[in-house]
Amino acid sequence: MTPDPAEAQDDARRLSPAPVLDVDPLLDDPDTRIVVCCGSGGVGKTTTAAALGLRAAERGRKVVVLTIDPAKRLAQSMGIDSLDNVPRKVKGTEGAGELHAMMLDMKRTFDEVVEAHADAERAAAILANPFYQSLSAGFAGTQEYMAMEKLGQLRARDEWDLIVVDTPPSRSALDFLDAPKRLGSFLDGRLIRLLTAPAKLGGRAGMAFLNVGMSMMTGTLGKLLGGQLLKDVQTFVAAMDTTFGGFRTRADATYKLLQAPGTAFLVVAAPERDALREAAYFVERLAAEDMPLVGLVLNRVHGSGADRLSAERALTAAENLEEARIVDQGGGKAGLRNSPDTYGSSESPAHVPSESRPDESPSSGPADTADESPSSATPDRTVDQLTAGLLRLHAERMQLLSREQRTRDRFTARHPEVAVVQVAALPGDVHDLSGLRDIGSRLAAGRPELP
Amino acid sequence: MSRLQVVSGKGGTGKTTVAAALALALATEGKRTLLVEVEGRQGIAQLFETEALPYEERKIAVAPGGGEVYALAIDPELALLDYLQMFYKLGGAGRALKKLGAIDFATTVAPGLRDVLLTGKACEAVRRKDKAGRFIYDYVVMDAPPTGRITRFLNVNDEVAGLAKIGPIHNQAQAVMRVLKSKETAVHLVTLLEEMPVQETADGIAELHAARLPVGRVIVNMVRPEVLDAADLELVRSVPRTAVAQALSAAGLGGARRGGKAEQLVSPLLTQASEYAERYALEHEQRAVLAELDLQRHELPLLAEGMDLAGLYELARELRKQGMS
Repeated sequence: MTPDPAEAQDDARRLSPAPVLDVDPLLDDPDTRIVVCCGSGGVGKTTTAAALGLRAAERGRKVVVLTIDPAKRLAQSMGIDSLDNVPRKVKGTEGAGELHAMMLDMKRTFDEVVEAHADAERAAAILANPFYQSLSAGFAGTQEYMAMEKLGQLRARDEWDLIVVDTPPSRSALDFLDAPKRLGSFLDGRLIRLLTAPAKLGGRAGMAFLNVGMSMMTGTLGKLLGGQLLKDVQTFVAAMDTTFGGFRTRADATYKLLQAPGTAFLVVAAPERDALREAAYFVERLAAEDMPLVGLVLNRVHGSGADRLSAERALTAAENLEEARIVDQGGGKAGLRNSPDTYGSSESPAHVPSESRPDESPSSGPADTADESPSSATPDRTVDQLTAGLLRLHAERMQLLSREQRTRDRFTARHPEVAVVQVAALPGDVHDLSGLRDIGSRLAAGRPELP
Repeated sequence: MSRLQVVSGKGGTGKTTVAAALALALATEGKRTLLVEVEGRQGIAQLFETEALPYEERKIAVAPGGGEVYALAIDPELALLDYLQMFYKLGGAGRALKKLGAIDFATTVAPGLRDVLLTGKACEAVRRKDKAGRFIYDYVVMDAPPTGRITRFLNVNDEVAGLAKIGPIHNQAQAVMRVLKSKETAVHLVTLLEEMPVQETADGIAELHAARLPVGRVIVNMVRPEVLDAADLELVRSVPRTAVAQALSAAGLGGARRGGKAEQLVSPLLTQASEYAERYALEHEQRAVLAELDLQRHELPLLAEGMDLAGLYELARELRKQGMS
């Protein structure tokens, strides 16, 4: 929302001059009616949508979160593990507001549209059509239409102050934004007219040329699709004819709804090259479509409480500790490893040689360390070894930090106008309301909590 | 080794990177591979640091030992026209269809048909032979849609064959399914050692099995090095802070006394260690879940410098070393 330069200045790490996205005023503003979270897959989009919904509800609003394909445990945490296409009230929220959540059932949504727009007989014919059944059961792409359709329905019911939408993991931004338009252009297209009423087109003398084209076309289609499928498609299109008008009106209405001032787009990303490249693409597309972008949520950002110690210095220090150890133990490395028992006494000044840890195969588990006799470890030498490990861990963290920052700077350089909120990385996944609440406060804090 | 290698995985797990590394790995020793992109993101061009790929098979890399990697970013619309021409000799009619909006319909509005074209094109490349009857490509590697969609994507031709009960589309769909369900194909799933991707991998494998699609291997990507082991993590919980401060001071990082530079480092370093411990435990749990899947498993390291062309070759070497190619 409103960029606050002072707050950006406060950020001890001064990641970049990008304005900070202030989430709470956005969620509290009664004029904010729809929040759309978009971004590439695997960046925590669903979790962000759920966390924003919970936070808004606990700040007093009546919220519904529309998720597309949530991870099982996240869905369970909100009590929506049943797929019935109806918003359910989430239990266990605090404060005056309400949180409802629902998972999109594509086929059900599609069926409902058909039932709403065709008379009973036609509806039954459409629902039984094999072509329709395949189309509605969720070919890639149907999700985008149906998510938009459901959003339109929820908004029309006007039961909620705020709708938070998680978008489908589209192959590209285009699918999601273009869904309404594409449907519209198809419905206006000549193919529809050809399929629905070939006779009409052929009826006029002046259309002789077209007529030849048309018979070639139906012939071609028949040859391509096989007679039965062409018939199925034609019956489908003919039966759908009456509902198409409704589809089109609604697709246009939803598109306008997205552009309206009450809508806020949030692009969600992680500080990784691919995710931020997609995010930049989203930002550009949203601008091109006049969609109101409010900012970028950058998930899984790492911080360090010791960021003044550089990776290089930490590694040098770790080497110092390890070298001292090698000097101490002299040439006895091999013997030591083969007969740890002889060094079992606590007076031993030597350090237990460990294999250079970073090189250990990732598959080696705790079992591999069983031969390190604990009794042979004097506190000093184990502490040195541990401290070297802590320093290497820190070096790794600092390298990650600088990589994340480089990636982020690249985005900011390209889109300095986009407000950013950073959310600190969590070691584990979120699967309950308190986890979502925690993410919500991290979102509102506007920067990673420094340990 | 199957000739069609399909690489899927949850979003964000790096499946494009793994597919590219696999194509490189399979191309060593003079082989020729085709790397196919179906989602129009131009991720392959970015990885190989070349300009955006057009809809044509183009050499993008040379593998150690003289092998070659070709790449193809499939454009659904062009693929459809291509197809009409190749199989039905409908070049002119194809253009007429385009004017009518039928091509738009086929490739965008009815997205199932798009999947038909994408899988069909890949299978065509698998089967294509030169005049001497040898396969043009030794291997075709597909950077496929994500795990949540992969079964439906690969199975789309089954559905089409059911819809179009006779005619060329029916025959074509069945031919594609014969390749996809045979030993010629292997579907690999890329994951991270995190709960959601591992869960999705397990679900994806169950779906592939149910659809009788051939499951290949599990590739764990971006595996972080083990910096501290279980014994170290045990010690982290009990170690006296002053001892760590002294060790840091001895390593040349300032004073160990309260408020000294080394002493100030202790808390943040121990915090990082406990975060690491939490992740370490989670990773072990997830490895155990993956082990239960009873599939061959490969692990690729997280590259500290981030992903670039050199890193790609490194991952390809790693895949070869682990016997993936």
